[in-house]
Amino acid sequence: MTLNVAKAGPDGVIATVHRGKRRKGVRGGIWTSILRYALVFALVLVFIFPFLAMLSTSFKGASEIFSAPPTLWPKSWTLSNFSSVFELIPFWRYLANTLLISGLSVFGMLVASPLVAYSLSKIGWRGQRPLLVIVLSTMMLPPQVTLIPIFLLWNKVGATNSYLPLVLPMFFGTPFLIFMLRQFFMSVPNELLYAARVDGASELRVYWSIVLPIARPALITAAVFQFVWAWTDFLNPLIYLNDPTKYTLSIGLYAFFGAHTVDWGPLMAASVLFTIPALTLFVLFQRYFVGGISAGAVK
Amino acid sequence: MRRNVRRQTLLGLAFASPFIVGSLVFIIYPVLASGWYSFTDFNLFQSPKFIWFKNYQHMFLDTTFWKSLSNTVFLTLFGVPLTILIALAGAHIMNLPVRGQPLYRALIYLPTVVPVVVGGYLWRWLLNTEYGFVNYFLSLLHLPQPEWLEQPDWGKPAIIVMSLWVIGGTMIIYLAALKDVPEDLYEAAQLDGAGWVSRFRYVTWPTLSPVTLFQIIVTMIAYLQIFAQPYLLTQTRLNAASSGPGESMISYSMYLYQNAFVFLKMGYASAMAWVLFLVTLLITLVLLKTSKRWVHYDSERG
Repeated sequence: MTLNVAKAGPDGVIATVHRGKRRKGVRGGIWTSILRYALVFALVLVFIFPFLAMLSTSFKGASEIFSAPPTLWPKSWTLSNFSSVFELIPFWRYLANTLLISGLSVFGMLVASPLVAYSLSKIGWRGQRPLLVIVLSTMMLPPQVTLIPIFLLWNKVGATNSYLPLVLPMFFGTPFLIFMLRQFFMSVPNELLYAARVDGASELRVYWSIVLPIARPALITAAVFQFVWAWTDFLNPLIYLNDPTKYTLSIGLYAFFGAHTVDWGPLMAASVLFTIPALTLFVLFQRYFVGGISAGAVK
Repeated sequence: MRRNVRRQTLLGLAFASPFIVGSLVFIIYPVLASGWYSFTDFNLFQSPKFIWFKNYQHMFLDTTFWKSLSNTVFLTLFGVPLTILIALAGAHIMNLPVRGQPLYRALIYLPTVVPVVVGGYLWRWLLNTEYGFVNYFLSLLHLPQPEWLEQPDWGKPAIIVMSLWVIGGTMIIYLAALKDVPEDLYEAAQLDGAGWVSRFRYVTWPTLSPVTLFQIIVTMIAYLQIFAQPYLLTQTRLNAASSGPGESMISYSMYLYQNAFVFLKMGYASAMAWVLFLVTLLITLVLLKTSKRWVHYDSERG
């Protein structure tokens, strides 16, 4: 198996998408066309139905939630679930905590990962190849293996129950994103860098003023990925945070589960609110996202 | 010249230094430490006590260990083929000539940006025996309506259903690969009078096979390490892994988590982590070795 990710970044992928369109003339009659749309709509519906169910439940009153058969369009709409969310859990606090962790993670990643990616692509030095192999092999290592010693380290320095274990590692670079950025940097023409170096620009200046501006789309992709990972992370907050005032939304939502019953209405309302930020980001940057996924694939 | 080489090396090291330091602290040291802990009895409050292979021996007698392992193998054996099959079929549907494809592609990918916690609780609600949508649809189709999360036989299918909801990434990779299948191959096949089935069999499938190998490996690793989905579907307390009816839903990683953070058996949990690592590595190597028989690399086209 060879790693051959020639088209890193969204542009390459979008180019291939356009290339594929050549084949599509209008073939077949109106019925074939209807059948095609029916198939595509059915597929999309299966994937978004759970969202619609979540949204509809969040606007239903308790009596309608617990009635069979379930309705997708609420008979009577209510906002009471949303107001209950703010009464039952410190929603704004959890939201602020989650936002803080995600923001710092993105910041740390942006400080470190492009630097490492630059070393792996634009500086000709002997350690480049071995280091790339190390970056790639760390991506294969199951997190379960390092989980316990890392926890014990944080425990030893007394930093469990703080945000350090969730945020500090990003300031050392995230292997997957280092690799993704490296693939993009490889496509930046070396001539540009030579010209600047001949003019006497320092390496840091070449990195900062030439490569980073060109790499903006790749940096945005990496930032969006990092944000969504931190935003949706469950395991690390679960392991490290035990003071309820420090909870993120991921672990705060459990409060809606009682000993025998679940507050489904407020839970679904809180879920909607928790999903909206990640969803908005996805909608805004969706083309970067789709490009990033395909760029990560191995041929 | 020599000075130049030295300067380049220093520059390379300087730019890479965050990762070099980070990998020492967060990867190299933890891997070595976890190897050492796996041979010790260690409960967080006393220093580790070396006990040779006792942790590994203990696994053989530990029924929950075997239960969690067999659950995980079940999930992998059914989850991986279903993922590949559905992602491939879905990519073909998405690739049909219809307007608005970028929108559909985005909608299919949407579930993967939903926080996994939201996904877990949402599926608990959808799979609710009395009020959930899943059983309602099954009743409309006159199909049996299982008590998904209460019957031992149905817990694992529930985990797979929930995991299949987030295969948008896999499908998009297939979709991108489908668009890269050389047009002239289809035209040649068409001239030879090849039908839909033989076009897939002799053109699409071989061209996609390297991508398929990649997807199989990535999906398999994800299933072998599965944690959040079964944890959230069975959760009865915030931070202690439950196991579902008759331990039917406890995954390997859930039991590992339980040992480490509930029972504080750090040594035993480390040994479990190493077994998981070695099993994953072994299966991956076997897949790579046997893949030569069915994976087709087109070296001429490049």
